Order: sequence, then structure tokens, then C-alpha cells
Amino acid sequence: MIGLWSLPLLFALPLALGILSLLAVPAWRPRLIFVGLPLMAAASLDMLAGLVISGPQVYRLGDWIAPLGINLVADGLAVGMILITTLVTGLCALYARVYLRDHPPSTSFFWPLLWFLWTGMNGIWLAEDIFNLYVGLEVMGLAAVGMVALRATPPALAAAMRYLLAALLGSLAYLLGVALLYGAYGTLSMAGLQEAAAANATTQVALALIIVGLLLKTALFPLHAWLPPAHGGALTPVSALLSALVIKASFYILLRIWLVLGPEVTPDFTAGLLGVLGAGAVFYGGWMAWRQHHLKQLVAYSTVAQIGYLFLFFPLVTNTGPEAARLAWDGTLMMLFSHALAKAALFLSAGNLILAVGSPQISHLIGISRFRPMSLFSFGLAGVSLMGLPPSGGFTGKWLLLHSALLSGQWWWLIVLFLGGLLSAAYIFKVFRMSFREGPQIDRSVTPPLTLDMIALLLAASAILIGLTAHVPLHWLRVGMVFGAV
Amino acid sequence: MSGALSGYLVFAWSGVLLFGLGLFGFVAHRHIVRRLLAFNIMGSGAFLVLVGLAQDGRGVDPVPHAMVITGIVVAVASTALALVVFRRWYRASGRTDLPEDT
Repeated sequence: MIGLWSLPLLFALPLALGILSLLAVPAWRPRLIFVGLPLMAAASLDMLAGLVISGPQVYRLGDWIAPLGINLVADGLAVGMILITTLVTGLCALYARVYLRDHPPSTSFFWPLLWFLWTGMNGIWLAEDIFNLYVGLEVMGLAAVGMVALRATPPALAAAMRYLLAALLGSLAYLLGVALLYGAYGTLSMAGLQEAAAANATTQVALALIIVGLLLKTALFPLHAWLPPAHGGALTPVSALLSALVIKASFYILLRIWLVLGPEVTPDFTAGLLGVLGAGAVFYGGWMAWRQHHLKQLVAYSTVAQIGYLFLFFPLVTNTGPEAARLAWDGTLMMLFSHALAKAALFLSAGNLILAVGSPQISHLIGISRFRPMSLFSFGLAGVSLMGLPPSGGFTGKWLLLHSALLSGQWWWLIVLFLGGLLSAAYIFKVFRMSFREGPQIDRSVTPPLTLDMIALLLAASAILIGLTAHVPLHWLRVGMVFGAV
Repeated sequence: MSGALSGYLVFAWSGVLLFGLGLFGFVAHRHIVRRLLAFNIMGSGAFLVLVGLAQDGRGVDPVPHAMVITGIVVAVASTALALVVFRRWYRASGRTDLPEDT
């Protein structure tokens, strides 16, 4: 049967490849991607085929029945996340193969960590019960911390340590919430919780713990302090993976849990509060990004800002009527997917610019436009999506959110969308202003390999393309969700 | 909920207490090893809540035990990774705490 054989492979395969590459000699570690990437791509596409042909599917691992067995669910959202993960991770892996050549051999631990990261992420996208989500979070989180520490310089180690402490605190809060929910209802599955949960104090405390833990892992303002050093200080392909995908995983869990429990169980102000924190993230992150002097720190703070938009989902979907809720769902997912593509492109092209001038300082980019127009073009193209200019994915996402806000009468979120876009424009143009200025500082630049430029360009172009063809992914993402009926 | 403290919930409440103590230690201390110890106490608290709440006379429930075993594996792995990063950090910087945010 189409779709089902590939479902367990999606995390068995990266797990096996991770162990294999750990055992391999460093020189062979990168080469495993030539076996792994085609297989992962085939399995992901098979999932898509399964979704298109036979709709959402449930897979019982080892034919054990829940609660002792593990159910995996592949609905539209899960398949969408799997596809974007395969695309972005695959391209980052190809990028890293070239990028890491000039780095010390110890960085070849990137490869086993990459496969473990992929295992954790796919485990999260497919999980149907809240405990497997915890396990997925941990597998992914520990691999991500290892990747941040790869550079092994004191700042990178401090960033990794800070990231690890934040991640551990977040997971424990989440785990305690899971413990309370299981104690109260005796079930871990999302569907079971949706049926059983009532709006009592236990559920509310449990949900509060889960939400706070996940906010810490998603780095929503004001819990974002660990993100800029970790994302900005890591090796370039690692930064791209972390910003594009890893922070989305905890948001994805929050989204799933909110749809199951949120509106029925939480007090009315919760959704609004999440929206306000999101708005705070957009303003604070944008402002801080504009003030940075290091290129990758600027991009990292831009992630802090862009996370904020995703959280507008909660006030727009709660008690607003089906049409506004559907628009909010579409808009949020569009923001999520286009940010994954655009931020990966932005980090990779920023990495290319840094390779070219040999310095992470924005002020050293003076005159680079004459030497590296391609890198700069990818940077700008990704920037277009982050600013939300048409016809990019970022524009479509904001447009849908805007409609949802108008339809539900919450016009004040429009201010966030507009000012956030202006702030993004300010920090993107800050980089451009430097690049086009003529100055005495450099008259030469190192030419990074063409592959690196092409990969960044491909990702940036996808961020634009997803906006042009938005209705296709959005249609399939609704399959199996409450917003399915159009 | 009367008699909740004297009955089967005593383990769950101890778990909550441990979690709170651990959280306090995690926030109050700056030495990384102390914070890791505090993290482990928090973890034990969460595990105790998991098994403690399941003892409500519904008979033996294997699911929390399976979860706690998984949780212990995760906690050991996290602690090991944290200690490795800490050792590298200590060797590189000579500090036992993290620098303040700039």
C-alpha cells in the first residue's frame, strides 16, 4: 500500500544513517548523504503520494495497539512538514559538504548529528501522542545543541551551554505537564485528550506548563535570550537548519496541542496573551536585528522577530468564526513554510558573504556588490519574503493573516504586520546599503564555490515561488485538519 | 480531593515539591554543575509525579513506568552531553558559570 512502508522509514532511516556515519571514518561521513538523501526524498515523496491518493493515514508501529504501542499519523500538516524538512535539510547537507571542507576534521561530527536531528524532527511531525512528542523534542534538541557546539570556540560553547539549559528547562516543564495530563485522564493520545479533557484546574496547570516549556524552546519573546548566540554563532549550515526547522518543531507541537485542548480549556486571555507576546517579538526582534553589527547576529534576531508572526495564530483562531480561523490557519502555515525557506536562504547567503569578505562584520561588506552579486541577490530575494513584499510566500502569509484579522474585527494586529514589515525592510536594507557603498576597504574578495551560491539561490527562489502557488500547498495542508471543510 | 495528602497522592505531591526545589536551584545557582544537579532533581520530581498519579487504584499501569524509563534515559543522555560541553567550556575559559548577556 502506498505511503505506509515509507512512514516508519522516515525516522528509522536517518537513525540508521546517523549510527552508520558515527562509526565511519571522518572522510566517509559526508559521502553517506549520497545514499541517504535520495532515500529520504523517495520516502517523503511517497508520503505525499499516499496523502494525495488515500488521504490521512494512521500507522501502528510494530502492530502494537495504543497506549503501549505507538501510533503515527500522517495528515496534511505532518506530510507538509516532512517535505519541507527533506527539502531544507537536504540542501543544507549539500551545502555543508562543500562548506565543511575547510574546517577541522572534528566538525565531521556534523554528519551523525544531522541525521539524529532529522530523526527527531520526523518523529515530531508524525507523533500522535504527547509523550512521543517529548521524546522527539529531546532527540532533536540534544542533536541541535551538539551542532551548536561543533565550532568549539569559547563563545560557541557558551552558546551551546545556554541553549542546552534552556532546552532542558523547557522539556521538563513540558514533561511535568504531560505527567499531570496522564494522571488526570489516563491517556496520551491527542484524540483521547480532546474527548476527555475538561476545563478544570489540573488541565489548566498542565497546559500552562506545556505552553511555557514550548515557548522557551520556540524562543518567543521574552524567552528568546538563548537564540541569537546559538543561531548566530554556529557554523552556517547549522544556523540555517536551526532557524529554518528546529524552532518550528516546538511551535508545531504547540499548534497541535492548542487545536486539541486550547480554546476549550484555557482562560479567555491566553490566546490574546500569546498574540501580544508575538507582537512583542516582532517589534523587539526587528529592532534588535537592525542594531546588530555582525551579519549572522542580524539574521538570528530576524528569526526572533519572525517567530512572533506565527503566534498571531492563537488570537485569530480562537472564538473568531470558521472563516477567520481558516484564514489564520492558512496564513500562519504560509508564514511558517516561507520563513523556513527564506531564513535558510538568508543564513546560507549571509555565510557566503562572510566567506567572501572573511569577516562577520556588516561594516566590512562595503563594496561587496561588485564582487559577489549572486550572494547578494539570494540575500535580497530571501529578504523580500521576510519583508512580506509580493509575490513572495511572506506576502501571501501576511495577506491571509491580515484578512483574518479584519474578518474577526481584531484590527490591531494589522499594526504588527505593517510595522514588522517596515522593521524587516530596515535591517535588510542596512546590509544592502553597506554592500553598494563604494569604499576603500576591500578591492578583492575570496570566491566561494559556486555550489554554495546556487543552494542559497534555490532556497530563496523557493520562498518566492511558494507565494505564487500558495493555494496548492495550502489545500493539501488542510487535509485531515479541522479546517478541512472549505 | 480530601485526604489527598495522606493517600496515594503523597508521592505525586513529593514529586511536585522536588520539581519546585529543583527549579529554585536551577534559577538560583550560577555554577553549571549545580544547575545540572538541580535539573536532575527536577527530572526526578517529574518522574515521581508520573508514577505517583497512576497509583489511584486503577490497578497496575505499565505506561507510566515505560515513560519514566524513557525519561531517565533522556535525562542521563542530556546530563552527559551537558557535562561534556561544560568540561570543554571550563577548559577553554576557566569559568564555571556562563557570562551574562550582553
